[in-house]
Amino acid sequence: MQQKKTIAMILAGGQGTRLGALTKNLAKPAVPFGGKYRIIDFPLSNCSNSGIDTVGILTQYQPFFLHNYIGIGSPWDLDRKDGGVFVLPPYTHDTGGEWYKGTADAIYQNMAFVDLFDPVWIVVLSGDHIYKMDYNLMMEYHEAKDADATLAVIEVPWEDTRRFGIMNTDADDRIIEFDEKPAKARSNLASMGVYIFRWQYLRYYLEEDAKNPESAHDFGRNIIPKMLATGQSVYAYRFKEYWRDVGTVESLWEANMDLLADRPQLDLYDPDWRIYSVNPVRPPHYAAEQSGISESMISEGCQIFGQVKRCVVFPNVVVGEGAQVTDSVLMPGVTVSPHAVIWRAIIGPDTVVPENAKIGGEGPITLVVDKSRTARKGALI
Amino acid sequence: MKGLLGLINLYEDESGMGVLTRQRPLAAMPYAGRYRLIDFALSNLVNAGVRTVGVLVRDKYRSLIDHLRSGKEWDLARKRDGLYILPPATTIGGPCNSDVDNFLFNLDYISAATEDFVIICGSRTICNLPIDQVFQYHLSVEADVTIISRDWPDDGAGPCLSLDEEGRVMGVCDFTESLPYDIQPLGFYIMSKSLMAQLVRECAADGSCDFFTDGVLKNIDKLKVYAFRHVGYVARIDSVASYLQHQLELLNPAIWQELFFRYGIIFTKVKDEAPAKYRERACVTNSLVANGCIIEGTVENSILFRSVIVEKGAVVRNSIVIQNTRVGPNARLTNVLCDKDSQVTAGRCLSGSAAQPFIVEKGSVI
Repeated sequence: MQQKKTIAMILAGGQGTRLGALTKNLAKPAVPFGGKYRIIDFPLSNCSNSGIDTVGILTQYQPFFLHNYIGIGSPWDLDRKDGGVFVLPPYTHDTGGEWYKGTADAIYQNMAFVDLFDPVWIVVLSGDHIYKMDYNLMMEYHEAKDADATLAVIEVPWEDTRRFGIMNTDADDRIIEFDEKPAKARSNLASMGVYIFRWQYLRYYLEEDAKNPESAHDFGRNIIPKMLATGQSVYAYRFKEYWRDVGTVESLWEANMDLLADRPQLDLYDPDWRIYSVNPVRPPHYAAEQSGISESMISEGCQIFGQVKRCVVFPNVVVGEGAQVTDSVLMPGVTVSPHAVIWRAIIGPDTVVPENAKIGGEGPITLVVDKSRTARKGALI
Repeated sequence: MKGLLGLINLYEDESGMGVLTRQRPLAAMPYAGRYRLIDFALSNLVNAGVRTVGVLVRDKYRSLIDHLRSGKEWDLARKRDGLYILPPATTIGGPCNSDVDNFLFNLDYISAATEDFVIICGSRTICNLPIDQVFQYHLSVEADVTIISRDWPDDGAGPCLSLDEEGRVMGVCDFTESLPYDIQPLGFYIMSKSLMAQLVRECAADGSCDFFTDGVLKNIDKLKVYAFRHVGYVARIDSVASYLQHQLELLNPAIWQELFFRYGIIFTKVKDEAPAKYRERACVTNSLVANGCIIEGTVENSILFRSVIVEKGAVVRNSIVIQNTRVGPNARLTNVLCDKDSQVTAGRCLSGSAAQPFIVEKGSVI
């Protein structure tokens, strides 16, 4: 293999338990988002747009759809002669084999893969975050600081700090302490799960960590604290743009609704930083005479005969005559039959909403996933 | 389908297209919101299992080659076979710059292909065709040539073929309604490669220029020529008016469904735009809207191609707005055709008629 200065490893084995039925047969990075994407399109497109052409994708939970989706990486321009994408599920070897026990363990078990490219830097990313980021800018910062490791951080509201790994930094943004989900935070800089490491250092820490039976083998909880304890220079890179970890049905819905603002923080229409995805190649959507669509995103292949307001609509959706869909997300292939009323809901892929049905209401967002279809065809949602 | 080689013949009459084909061949004309005309012939071939497709280009083909690239979008970027561009025979200086010259010039390639049969297609005819069924028909009737045709339409033009009861072509005629069946050939026909090579050489030898007219139609009495009658939606693009009118027919959901899905989907180059965005004041009725559009105005009975922006207060009616065009605030378009990358500035009011749409040329600012 040709030597690479930088390679990326995307952690994509997450289950996303709190997304309920959406992730029953699907890993969280494969969850549909934004009217045509899967969440993993964001880190993959960021890599591609940042010029990182060698990307390992670590999969474990329900990987079939994800493997199929990623293929040889051509939608992200990552089908390369040297490098490209590599899907890395757990495997066995002469001394047995194990599941990935944590984020750090997943990389540890693939050290031989990383060594093939003999990189100076390794970028570790999460496959289930939604953001647009030029990793080159972070790399420039990392090199300017002459850091051993750099973590991207984002300011979160103080009341949310208990949900994140919080960085306490000095005046120069060097990290002095890492607080995992602190009850009483002293900073509101949350780790985004975007790391740059000097590969030879990280390699050492991974090997040490693997020897420790007490360790959870987690970057945030084990590797970073260990690096800090042994005096490595670890810096925080402040990211000021849109970033979301959509762990719940509520936050997935909210992140979709964020796109409907007139000038959304996450601009999907920027020709210089396209988000790539596997494209279904369907004709332009049809908005019928009696339809009414506003404050919405509608994708190709849809036929809209009813009223759609503040919705994100994925490809191949049909909204029948007299149907009213408001403040909702309609995933690929959904059929909303005539006169159905949907409000504040996420309708899972290929679900058929019957005529005159009423779905959603005040309170928590309603998630409808057509379980009968999943069971019948053994298909993936 | 193993035995059938596809050839897309771009030696087509573009005289009715005016400024629209000044810098691109007819085959590269944008169509239906995100496609180019050639996508229909290409997709019909690929959907029927054709693995090798040669495209006979004539001139102005930069945009076409940019569109086709490796053929990956049609699954034609193959190690063996796949997509080939057959350039024109400008260097050997044939009697006329015609498809016969091109066929002759590229006969080596055509002969070397592993397929025994060839289907020759045009790009001006837009339909969703079952080419595999046509091929089976061709084999079952043991025809020398099978011409895909439709019943003579009300606005029919060009050669008319008369059929006997069995579907064999008896002659070329003017449309009279007196014979059992009069049909219109659609520019798709199948024959064996060896017959094609023979007819190309005969045409070249006597200085004939048009392969279909001089090679096939003139030999109807000598050859066993059959017609496959395609029943379904067909659009033929031969003028600016038909280009506009046929696209607007796609606002009928039944036609939309048939053209894009009947025997397989129509593939095209992917551009990775986000879904279309409707802002608060958007009012869109009876229209097709492609991905990447941002709409804040009113759109009626129109087609918006990819990444078109319709700003606040703008009104677009009975119009076709091609890729990357910006319709400025309070501009009004009625029966307008905006070509690619154009811009209609704030408050401008443009209108044409259905027969003669107002054309905003590619890249222009009005």
